[in-house]
Amino acid sequence: MGSETAQEGQNRPAQVSRFQIFTGFLLIGMFGFGGIAAAMHHVMVERRRWLTNAEYASILGLGQVLPGANLVNMATMVGDRFQGAIGALLALIGLTFMPIVILVALAEFYDHFANMPDVVAGTRAAAAGAVGMIFGTGWKLARTIVDSRWAFAFAVASFVAIGILRLPLVGTLLVLASAAIAVGYWSSTRAK
Amino acid sequence: MRNDDLLWAMALTFFTTAIFSFGGIATMIPEIHRQAVDIRGWLGNDDFATAFALSQIAPGPNILLMSMIGWRVAGWAGLAVATLATIVPTSLIALLAGRGEARIANTRWYMIAKRALPPIVVGLILSSGVVTGHAAIDHWLGVAIAGGVAIHIALSRTNPLIPLGIGTAIGIAAARLGFF
Repeated sequence: MGSETAQEGQNRPAQVSRFQIFTGFLLIGMFGFGGIAAAMHHVMVERRRWLTNAEYASILGLGQVLPGANLVNMATMVGDRFQGAIGALLALIGLTFMPIVILVALAEFYDHFANMPDVVAGTRAAAAGAVGMIFGTGWKLARTIVDSRWAFAFAVASFVAIGILRLPLVGTLLVLASAAIAVGYWSSTRAK
Repeated sequence: MRNDDLLWAMALTFFTTAIFSFGGIATMIPEIHRQAVDIRGWLGNDDFATAFALSQIAPGPNILLMSMIGWRVAGWAGLAVATLATIVPTSLIALLAGRGEARIANTRWYMIAKRALPPIVVGLILSSGVVTGHAAIDHWLGVAIAGGVAIHIALSRTNPLIPLGIGTAIGIAAARLGFF
């Protein structure tokens, strides 16, 4: 611990215990209001120093290509890296346990007060705001990701298929993903 | 439908959708809505919209929308089935991929997939916006709140709960004044 000389893992604890994994992800889950991405980075890179920025980016990048929630994938991989499958399990339980309890409490609260006009109006407005969150996130991503005509074409195709025509996800994705990978392969051979 | 049959059908639906949800949970939303609301009628648009709103207000990973839908449909058993069917298979894939990260990270196919898939994900996320918007918004003020939050997120990096809270307060105030 402590010296800044090694290329990898400077300043970070030599070992992360199972208990620390559990509490770390418990913290991320509980304080991840408005999305856990910021809390995840804060706890793992800045506060507990389990990962360097580069390691964080690399694991996150892989988590984004895989199916499933990016940050749940990330929790699995980080837990596994330090404490094997048990670590992964503890990371997942830590990440989801308290949020599920809070969410069910919130839903019970909602059901109990669903006849109050303020609660109904507040929930309707919050739902609308949450829709805005999705569009804002999508727009933000689009600006960095859609950087070519092909990228634009595939973004539009998946939007039309799923968002407008409401086609089934599995078939649509098999077609679009194979086509996108074929195009990617083709342009990578041409680039040589 | 018997309760066991319902839980099995839910498990299969969430499992299949999750293992194809490249790019994250937002890409699961349109398919889960299509299956749970449109095709099988497990819950109505109103319940879907409420589950969506509550899961966004609460802290934690956005996968909890699936838990909340499960809870609405079949109580605690539904919550357990939806959550596990979403998390377990994808986490197993992530576990194996994470162990092979060093080998995967430099392969040509990984590089190609990393550039090829994200544009599709962008289209899926915007689709999620359309599907949830259709389920949750039925008033011009809702459109305005959604637009305000979207613009805030697109332009700034501060916590989205701030505009979400402001939008909620505006909704409550507008309802008290009689126009929401």
